[in-house]
Amino acid sequence: MRFGIVVFPGSNCDTDCNDLFSRVLRQETRFIWHGEKGVPSDVDVVVLPGGFSYGDYLRAGALARFSPVMTGVKAFAEAGGTVIGICNGFQVLVESGLLPGALRQNKSGQFICKSVFLRIENNQAAITAGYQKGQVISLPIAHGEGNYYIDPLACSRLIEKGQILFRYCTQEGALSDAANPNGSVEHIAGICNERRNVFGMMPHPERASDRLLGGTDGVRMFQSFLTTGGLRR
Amino acid sequence: MTPPKLAHPPFTDEEYAKVEVLLGHPPNPIEQAIFAVLWSEHCSYKSSKRHLKRFSTEGDRVIQGPGENAGVVDIGDGWVAVFKIESHNHPSYIEPYQGAATGVGGIIRDILAMGARPVALLNSLRFGPLSQSKNRYLFEQVVAGISGYGNCIGVPTVGGEVYFNDCYANNPLVNVFCLGVAKREEIVRSAASGVGNPVLYVGAKTGRDGIHGATMASAALDPTTSTRHNVQVGDPFTAKLLIEGCLEIIQSGHVVGMQDMGAAGLAGAASEMAARGGCGMILDLSKIPLREAGMASEEIMISESQERMLIVVRKGGEAAVSEICQKWGLNRAVIGEVVEAPFLTVMDGEKEIVRISTAALTSEAPLYDRPIAAPRFHEIIQSLNVEALMLPKSYTDVLRQLLLSPTLTSKEWIYQQFDYMVQTNTVAGPGGGAALIRLKGSDRALAMTVDGNGTYCLLHPYQGGAITVAEAMRNLVCVGARPIALTDGLNFGNPEQPETMWQMALCIEGMADAAREFAIPVVSGNVSLYNESKGLGVYPTPIVGMVGLVDQIAQRMTPGFKRPGEPIVLLGETLEEIGGSAYLKVIHHQERGFPPILNFGREKAVCQLVLEAIRQGLLSSAQDCAEGGWMVALAEACLLSSPPMGGVVAVDAGDVRLDAYLFGESQSRVLVSVPAESLDRLKQLAHEAEVPFYHLGTTDGDRLQVRLTKTGETIIDLTIEEMREKYRSGLGIAMANKRGMT
Repeated sequence: MRFGIVVFPGSNCDTDCNDLFSRVLRQETRFIWHGEKGVPSDVDVVVLPGGFSYGDYLRAGALARFSPVMTGVKAFAEAGGTVIGICNGFQVLVESGLLPGALRQNKSGQFICKSVFLRIENNQAAITAGYQKGQVISLPIAHGEGNYYIDPLACSRLIEKGQILFRYCTQEGALSDAANPNGSVEHIAGICNERRNVFGMMPHPERASDRLLGGTDGVRMFQSFLTTGGLRR
Repeated sequence: MTPPKLAHPPFTDEEYAKVEVLLGHPPNPIEQAIFAVLWSEHCSYKSSKRHLKRFSTEGDRVIQGPGENAGVVDIGDGWVAVFKIESHNHPSYIEPYQGAATGVGGIIRDILAMGARPVALLNSLRFGPLSQSKNRYLFEQVVAGISGYGNCIGVPTVGGEVYFNDCYANNPLVNVFCLGVAKREEIVRSAASGVGNPVLYVGAKTGRDGIHGATMASAALDPTTSTRHNVQVGDPFTAKLLIEGCLEIIQSGHVVGMQDMGAAGLAGAASEMAARGGCGMILDLSKIPLREAGMASEEIMISESQERMLIVVRKGGEAAVSEICQKWGLNRAVIGEVVEAPFLTVMDGEKEIVRISTAALTSEAPLYDRPIAAPRFHEIIQSLNVEALMLPKSYTDVLRQLLLSPTLTSKEWIYQQFDYMVQTNTVAGPGGGAALIRLKGSDRALAMTVDGNGTYCLLHPYQGGAITVAEAMRNLVCVGARPIALTDGLNFGNPEQPETMWQMALCIEGMADAAREFAIPVVSGNVSLYNESKGLGVYPTPIVGMVGLVDQIAQRMTPGFKRPGEPIVLLGETLEEIGGSAYLKVIHHQERGFPPILNFGREKAVCQLVLEAIRQGLLSSAQDCAEGGWMVALAEACLLSSPPMGGVVAVDAGDVRLDAYLFGESQSRVLVSVPAESLDRLKQLAHEAEVPFYHLGTTDGDRLQVRLTKTGETIIDLTIEEMREKYRSGLGIAMANKRGMT
């Protein structure tokens, strides 16, 4: 499988993602520069990595949605291709309208970097198929704007359609304000679109891909994905 | 529009006269501005240079010592580590967010200018007590500034240290350490060479920010005047582009020399590059990308606008370099060329406006042998009547208070705001001992730490300086790393006061002696003077950033306990040393006495013992004893244990006062936990190394309990849960100002 990693000038997790896909998972990878107009035809999965796309002095991802590459990413998604946004990538997907909702500044007003616990809410999506429903995993977060918001009506639709993939929780899997690091509505950490080919999450699976760095829970997200084959466009 | 008039440069009469002689005429405004920044303390080291010569700068691994943008050491397999520490103290007081942010930006560019990719940042911070709202504001904004800049550029902030003390209230200290890695053959120097080679300007446009930043940093802070315009404004996004762009430019093979335009701006970069290469440089100001119209020539020359690099390129390489800049959206312009005559010539189009010998700006800068005198208060603050100190009623309460004090408490409130994981190499991040960064594709890891103790240095500058080096070494050793080199960040008061010079000279002597004894070369450094406000100087605060190497990452060591039922051992001797301790300050509200005495031989023996024990696989954990003594080290080993576990220990203080025994800060001690079957072997090794060995107790349960051997009386009893709660909430409580504490 070939992963296409989109590189905005301010992306800073692009090489980390590349390391996970190529070294750990032994898959083919290719960087897609933000100025490229389309997704190259040999790419099976598009990944939007973390970072600060164009500096994000405005709302995170607000400028990136206008970049040439996003036109291609939208077309790729509309054709059924798999798109995964991690952290800043999630912010870009939300700004681009490929995923619903918005990501606001963390409730604390501060950037937060730490490992958090996540509960698998739905394992019927390509990236969660390797986990059990209700399973608690640990992944790092590192963001200033990860406070997910969606209006109540749209939120109930998300729930109904099973689009919530991960929720912040305690080590035991309970939902609580203390375990919600950024104030997200419904403790939401990651979602997908209704068609389940576009995924967005604030946590960084690529940072939990090596026992040496404290965990491997992130690897399974992609291992399961590889066995299910993802969704080809 | 008439350009704003520059403040009169701070020359002494003698310096002004010397400028006149060197130029052969009275300096015009642009000459004055250029001389002022290059002859500033920050650029010329005029008060510190003769003392810095004490540092031993050579070693087998040293590829580049002091005198370049950063030091370079060999880390094996053709790779090198490039590192340096730099201060941004005055800007961080005037405009804390931008001051701290550009402090990060400045040191990043120093590392980048050597051709290395920055892979780790650490910081060393000093503020006034958090009981005052202004100090809370400065602290919060400095942390936010480091966070805002460091996170965006994608370089992990993996460690640091912070202290709070009255002496820093009007002059906080913000020192940032950066380490980069590069292939040995890709290292770039900052010397210009090759007559006719073009000089390229790359990066952000030049604006009016940071005018005379280096001069401001070289004078005392005057709270009555506004110096905000002296502070640079950072743009981390452009910094990220500059990192990627410059590394690609170096890869292209066209680069002759590179230097960042930071302190002293274009004038500094151009004259230093030319002087290092023994050549000259001609620049055309009309070619420089400007942010605003109407800037005076002197403003353009000395602006400290951020995210700019000066690059000498092999003739013919301009187009290729320009193309890389375009890819990364960086401004670039050929602004001059290298010439043979050793002069900095500045043109404005066809008109020559300045021609100064590069030597006049660099090697001819004044050098001072400033008078030195011990402060009158010295003997008074060194005296401490220990008998008059009441023994605490509850040692449990003492431990509680120490764990809550901002200086000793968990720094999670700070480091949670820093991305310490990006680049996915952080094997050990903030919150434990030294940081560890793996080198992808090898079994090795780099360990790094920053350490300083202003109180010790105030009470006894020589001991304080020496301990700073020893403490850093011990931190590295406790993660299983062999120290390979260090960088020094020297923060002192006004060098025109003989007492400050006395502090500086002795601190440097102590550091230099310790570093030589431990065979750790000094490869780079920074001097920040005039850290004073309203006539009051900060404590002498030298900081050491030290780098070590772990050969087998599988053998790294961590500070927390691992398994219940394992013996807890204290390696090293506990003396009745209470002077300058955190215990004395937090509990008895005194900062005085004689700091602990460092015995070089004992320190080496303890460190070698710990490294050997780790190599032989004898240890489960190792934690250095520093502020708060071995008792706080023990509490930390419990708090950092995984799974959470406590310990039961029994102590016999012998002739030593019990409070000094528990919380005193005797040097050269390491607290370890050991699998039971390895205990005898460790004891044997300690005996051979002539290192005292105390089997204190056992890891176990969910409490930390300390008993007296003789009476069986329990003197400390705390649940791990309560300790954790105290330890983690200290800074949060102080910032919420629920209780004013220092």
